[in-house]
Amino acid sequence: MWSWVAHRVTGIGIFFFLFAHVLDTALVRVSPEAYNEVIDTYKNPIVGLLEVGLVAAVVFHAFNGLRIVLVDFWSKGPRYQKHMFATVLVLWVVLMVPFTIRHLSHVFGG
Amino acid sequence: MTAVAEAPVAGAVPSFQVTMRLRRFNPETDTEPRWEDHTVTMHGTDRVLDALHKIKWEIDGSLTFRRSCAHGICGSDAMRINGRNRLACKTLLKDLPLDKPITVEPIKGLAVLKDLVVDMDPFFEAYKSIMPFLITTGNDPSRERRQSPEDRARYDDTTKCIMCAACTSSCPVYWSDGQYFGPQAIVGAHRFIFDSRDEGAEQRLEILNDRDGVWRCRTTFNCTDACPRGIEVTKAIQEVKRALLFRRV
Repeated sequence: MWSWVAHRVTGIGIFFFLFAHVLDTALVRVSPEAYNEVIDTYKNPIVGLLEVGLVAAVVFHAFNGLRIVLVDFWSKGPRYQKHMFATVLVLWVVLMVPFTIRHLSHVFGG
Repeated sequence: MTAVAEAPVAGAVPSFQVTMRLRRFNPETDTEPRWEDHTVTMHGTDRVLDALHKIKWEIDGSLTFRRSCAHGICGSDAMRINGRNRLACKTLLKDLPLDKPITVEPIKGLAVLKDLVVDMDPFFEAYKSIMPFLITTGNDPSRERRQSPEDRARYDDTTKCIMCAACTSSCPVYWSDGQYFGPQAIVGAHRFIFDSRDEGAEQRLEILNDRDGVWRCRTTFNCTDACPRGIEVTKAIQEVKRALLFRRV
């Protein structure tokens, strides 16, 4: 059940990000200066931390999405769903640890 | 001759104190369900059902729950024990953490009538609607309808269902939408859809192709974890989904 809960939570989180993302990117059509101004406000540690959360959500949602595809279309998928969920979590950690280190050293290291 | 010496000593079964935290609701006096604790002395061989019996028979006769065979076949005593749907008659007390109270609640998603008894009518209605009986055309054969062991094995898993509602009442989709057929009805349909002797597969698949049919399943796997018979419920639901997608039984 928790894979399903996490999939929904990350999905809704990504939806709200895309909502804001489409709006701020559309701003370039209004005026490139306004766009630059808005993008400049993102360059602070709080948004830097939010970006870690965004990547964490996208990476989980992507791998778990593949797991759900296998549960739906691979005849043995439902039997191995727990193993596949464990694989999703392992891949998520393996990708998130180096990313978080590198990303945060950019955010806080200047 | 040595067997006598090895025979277990009578009364050697360990006994312990256990606190049962029961979800009680009396529709005649209560507006809200309430928790009630009872501490009883039980033995290592006792099940949750034995503790409920002890409370009902020796402490409070008004405690209400269903049970018939008490041996995991009739499917009457599915309840939510320590937050998980199980049969009270198949859950040994010694397998639960005894340092904390053991919570016993009615199964979720169905209206509570009294204490641990819920209204099972919507559950059985869903089962009825998938036509859980053999559908054939033409004249009846003069002898039994034959089936190969391979064809029989195709739906073996879903024949094990005892209709206890542990799966359906563990499903978060069913909690939020009682119109959903629920895992059990789909298991019941699976048992006939994949039976080579049955000719009603198309009708049953059409029924389950409904908005509240198999497509409401979000593969949370709660039903598979809850099934006291070990049926791979989600697997059965997925097979019905694929039969609908590819029209291949």
